[in-house]
Amino acid sequence: MTVRITVDRSTCQGYGQCVYEAGDLFHLDDDSISVAAADVAEDRRADAERAADVCPMQAITVE
Amino acid sequence: MGGAVIIGAGLGGLRTAESLRGSGYDGPITIVGDEPHLPYSRPPLSKEALAGGVDVAALEFRRRPALDDVTWLLGLSAVSSDLAARTVTLSDGAVLAFDGLVVASGIRPRRLPIPGPALGRHLLRTADDAQQVRAGLAAGAHVVIMGAGFIGCETAATARTLGAEVTIVALDDEPMIRPLGADLGAGMRHRHEAHGVHFHLGRTIDSFNGDGRVESVSLSDGTELPATLVIEAVGSVANTEWLDGNGLDLSDGLLVDSGMRVSTDLAPVVAVGDVARHPNALFGGPPRRIEHWNMPTETGRRAGQTLAALLGGQPPSDEPFTAMPSFWSDQYDHKLQSFGMPGNASRIAVAQGDVDGPCVVEYHDDSGLVGVVGIDRTPDLVPYRKALLARGSDSG
Repeated sequence: MTVRITVDRSTCQGYGQCVYEAGDLFHLDDDSISVAAADVAEDRRADAERAADVCPMQAITVE
Repeated sequence: MGGAVIIGAGLGGLRTAESLRGSGYDGPITIVGDEPHLPYSRPPLSKEALAGGVDVAALEFRRRPALDDVTWLLGLSAVSSDLAARTVTLSDGAVLAFDGLVVASGIRPRRLPIPGPALGRHLLRTADDAQQVRAGLAAGAHVVIMGAGFIGCETAATARTLGAEVTIVALDDEPMIRPLGADLGAGMRHRHEAHGVHFHLGRTIDSFNGDGRVESVSLSDGTELPATLVIEAVGSVANTEWLDGNGLDLSDGLLVDSGMRVSTDLAPVVAVGDVARHPNALFGGPPRRIEHWNMPTETGRRAGQTLAALLGGQPPSDEPFTAMPSFWSDQYDHKLQSFGMPGNASRIAVAQGDVDGPCVVEYHDDSGLVGVVGIDRTPDLVPYRKALLARGSDSG
């Protein structure tokens, strides 16, 4: 079981809240758009969902 | 109906409901919201949503499957409550019975009693407010913003970007001076001035002038400014009137303990978000309301745990509350981020850069670092956030 994290690049505004919440799962690219670790272990689901929760643009999906 | 009744369908109400379910509470949950909308994200209302058009559906928070059986009562507000009888009366006259109550009723913008026509004066709190403001924002509009806090400044930036003439009138000496301090406030003012925003600081608005709708405003120094749209952004008032008569401490919001529990023997009651005046062991000092982006989530998580315990007949956790206050802002292409309580500082020092460019500013008091603000320096704040969080372990 892995957790798939995706960022909607057209919605992300680069506020970086996900980076502060889970810095090992997200980083900002050169355009200041969030990039997520592609697939992570199931035990990181709660961290990924917390990061999705704090996104003001609701741009992060955790599946 | 019974069960858990949540008054307020904003982020705090939503997160409390999630936490109730996550903490094992499986009874009924009813959420009452005074807007017609399901919980949505407010920060974009002064930024992207104002610039690009307000689509509330796109701003809605995800609702987890665990909340599928929640009863939503939207377009209704609480008008009174009787904690001894465990009931809340709604604006349509309905009386809701509860076993546990969540106060998530939030804040509303403060209104100042200024004479003149009402038409053309706007607030910016809800999606519907933003839609009305959006309709009046266009090239050639003369926008006067009363208040130089974050909402005022973000709205100024958005309105300017859309081509409106923008003037900010505020009693403060610099924009956002209370959280940022005078120097960084001046730095932010310089950014706004570079984009053509005019400031009248240390001034108030004496009157709105016009025949039926606002055409100009008169300032306390006699200046008269043309105005086709006025936005009043001069702080907030906690929505607690519906709790009157229950013997609660409502002196500035609703006082709660570290578990977000309200001190009353009448019923299990918790409060969350902007309306909750809570202690924070990271920073000490008196309990405070903190209107920051992450506080509804942090207080809601804790309040759900507390209420689930109370409704299950268990003692709630008495652990200290140690959430890191965090806010961010977006003005033009500048990203501002804060952690901690910079407004508590007695000493402010620019640690990196300078206030007119990308910078990191430290805020200290007698206990050490209490806050940090960065402008366009996102990665550089990570160690500061860690240092502030370490205050919790230092204080034991």
